Amino acid sequence: MADLSIDLGGIRSPNPFWLASAPPTNSGYQVMRAFAAGWGGAVWKTLALEPIVNVTSRFAGQNIGSYRMAGMNNIELITDRPLDENLREIAECKAAYPDRAIIVSLMTECTRESWHELVRRCETVPVDGFELNFGCPHGMSERGQGAAVGQDPELVELITRWVKEAAHVPVIVKLTPNITDIRYTARAAAKGGADAISLINTLNSLMGVDLDTWLPIPHVDGKSSHGGFCGPSVKPIALNMVGACAKDAQVGIPISGIGGIADWRDAVEFMLMGSTSVQVCTAVMHHGFRIVADMIDGLNNYLDARGIASVREIVGKTVPRFVDWNDLNLDYKVVARIDPESCIRCNKCYIACEDAAHQCIDRPADPRLAPVVDEEHCVGCNLCQMVCPVVDCIEMVRVDAGDTVHTWREKLPSVP
Amino acid sequence: MDFPSVSLGPPIAKRLSRLDVQIEANRCLNCYDAPCTRACPTAIDVPRFIGRIATGDLAGSARTIMDANPVGASCARVCPTDQLCEGACVYNADENPIRIGDLQRFATDWAIRENAVLFTAGPPTGKRVAVIGSGPAGLAAARELARAGHAVTIFERDPAPGGLDTYGIVPFRLPAEIALWEAEQVRALGVEIRTGVAVGRDVEPATLLAEYDAVMIAIGMGAVPRLGIEGEDAAGVWDALDFIRVAKCGGDVGTLGERVAVIGGGNTAIDAATCSRRLALRQAQGDTSVTMYYRRGAERMTAYDFEIEFAQVEGVEFRTFVVPKRILVENGRVAGLELLATDPAGSARPLAGTECVVAADTVILAIGQQRHVALLDAFGVMHDVNGIATVDETMRTNVPRVYAAGDCTFQPGGIDAMVVEAAQRGKVAARNIDLLLRTEPR
Repeated sequence: MADLSIDLGGIRSPNPFWLASAPPTNSGYQVMRAFAAGWGGAVWKTLALEPIVNVTSRFAGQNIGSYRMAGMNNIELITDRPLDENLREIAECKAAYPDRAIIVSLMTECTRESWHELVRRCETVPVDGFELNFGCPHGMSERGQGAAVGQDPELVELITRWVKEAAHVPVIVKLTPNITDIRYTARAAAKGGADAISLINTLNSLMGVDLDTWLPIPHVDGKSSHGGFCGPSVKPIALNMVGACAKDAQVGIPISGIGGIADWRDAVEFMLMGSTSVQVCTAVMHHGFRIVADMIDGLNNYLDARGIASVREIVGKTVPRFVDWNDLNLDYKVVARIDPESCIRCNKCYIACEDAAHQCIDRPADPRLAPVVDEEHCVGCNLCQMVCPVVDCIEMVRVDAGDTVHTWREKLPSVP
Repeated sequence: MDFPSVSLGPPIAKRLSRLDVQIEANRCLNCYDAPCTRACPTAIDVPRFIGRIATGDLAGSARTIMDANPVGASCARVCPTDQLCEGACVYNADENPIRIGDLQRFATDWAIRENAVLFTAGPPTGKRVAVIGSGPAGLAAARELARAGHAVTIFERDPAPGGLDTYGIVPFRLPAEIALWEAEQVRALGVEIRTGVAVGRDVEPATLLAEYDAVMIAIGMGAVPRLGIEGEDAAGVWDALDFIRVAKCGGDVGTLGERVAVIGGGNTAIDAATCSRRLALRQAQGDTSVTMYYRRGAERMTAYDFEIEFAQVEGVEFRTFVVPKRILVENGRVAGLELLATDPAGSARPLAGTECVVAADTVILAIGQQRHVALLDAFGVMHDVNGIATVDETMRTNVPRVYAAGDCTFQPGGIDAMVVEAAQRGKVAARNIDLLLRTEPR
């Protein structure tokens, strides 16, 4: 059994799996159930000095084929329950599970007094850290909060500084992805004294339009507004942003990764890209808290199989390989090879290459025979392998000599 | 069309649930140059019709099916899919092919339920075509000719159109309303279907040749031939097709008794056997046993495997390597069957001295079908010694402007003799008739 415990900027938890600030952490009842299931930490659904009013309906799912909720969007706001009630439940959860991390997500109006008051009141109960919600893209942003703050590096730095003045526990700044370059707000958080950053919050989204009623989805009495998109579909965006922050020297603080993490493999990827902890929401909304047992089991077996003693050892290990395009080796060449034994003759590789890539897969005249790659013209784009429904049927094989490296950067030394 | 709705118990084809449809439609890989399509005699674009189900475009799905196969709703119930589309599905490596037949039924059921208008007639060409017979080949040809703009008249001797699909397949496999809907689709294109009119009896072939620009013969097959053995005229002896027809039309087949003997090993024999079982259950005659007697081994039966399995499930018993020598008669009614064993090597040659008697109250003969030779002769259409019309690959006969397709052109027992193949040949004939009428006006 590997050591799964982590320490994110001073916040310790027995495993790296935290619940993100979201509907699953809305109440003490839920967080108790989550901790009983094995979650290492929970970021409590965002607290404010005064509760807000929520609307119905609130969520919508993106279904792809038979797969439900490849993504989801929501127009729910922060907690709609009184602060004192939340704080009492936080204290109960902490008393019942003292080894788990309870991080309280915070949002309030953009004044020093307001933030100090919120921190002071929340520290009347034992919390392990704060997460500043600078990310929610809907609703609260129209009130000058959430993403409205998170899109402005100066405000991010200022408010982080205010909170750090008052807080006695570590402070995480949660970043919005609805921004051109997330490194600027990440750097601002670091400059403001944040102990860590978490990313990504949800992406601006409209889930759909009902084909029969022509109403937006989800709708509230016939109208809708943009919501926040999350779930498996956003993972590549989140992973890129985590990697961008992890390799940026001016950020330089630990990361809690968020965005489409649904199983232990996603978690490992986020950790390799620089996340110390990972936060999960959509997968729990899809399947319940019990999934954490599989995440812990999978991560443990993965580490054990590689003789890695502690999960902390993998954090950031892939970051050095996440470089500028200019530093990629132009001499490297792979080509596709199709295994005729496992090929099922669906011809998806053929038509993908023929219509959308480089016309270098040939079909024998006899349709019973497998397609064949014209290796001389194959550019190694991976498309055929991507569309192939059979695992390991198409292999990308290295065909260059492997002894030279040439990059675009050296061709154009003026490129910074 | 007035036709009694007889079901004789639950249909064989199970209706997919909405969840099953969604899962199954989304499971399709959308193969390119898909093997399922290549395996379909009518080349239905299977991935396309399944993809349209997946996106909720059921009109497009039904149109894709029916465009390629004018009797696609019937075929969704009678096709041996394990030998055709589903047998070719790339998922067969996992023995889990897409349920193409079930999905095809789902889409065509939608079209039937919604009264969907799928096709329109082409701009009139002023050409007239007579189609004889409204079975799968005749309907397919008429539909395609009407879409090409030709004025088509179908001559059908039966009271209702559809031929074999309407009258000759048990209702729990193919309800008459499915075949009648397909005929209605053709009629809706302006095709005149003159039912109850037999060419050769009510209309002279010469009249058709004189009045129409082309004639298409799709007359199928005739009655089951006689065995030529003693007792064949007794009450309780049936031609299997008559038996199925009476049952499907809600007629009275009389009392079947405790033992039904079906002679034959083809799909019609299976239909007669399963139909007997269900009729007997409905007649509440206690446990009527139904036994199929076949002259060779079970593996030589021409019935589809799934038909044989279905008969077994329905409780039909099988006895192989026997032929009837005579039908025993008491008081003018069947009392039993005297059998002879046949050569165990499978030649079907009876072995002398192997007589045995089994009790039987009903005997149903399903030993193939006769050919409408007289009608072919009346047109001057060449045929072989078995009465099978001779056509080239364009479905053209030796008589100018006369084409033929369907069962009247298929050799007995061949894999061709399928509804779907008849439909395809009807399409081919129509395409070539259209070409003829456009390029060589009379």
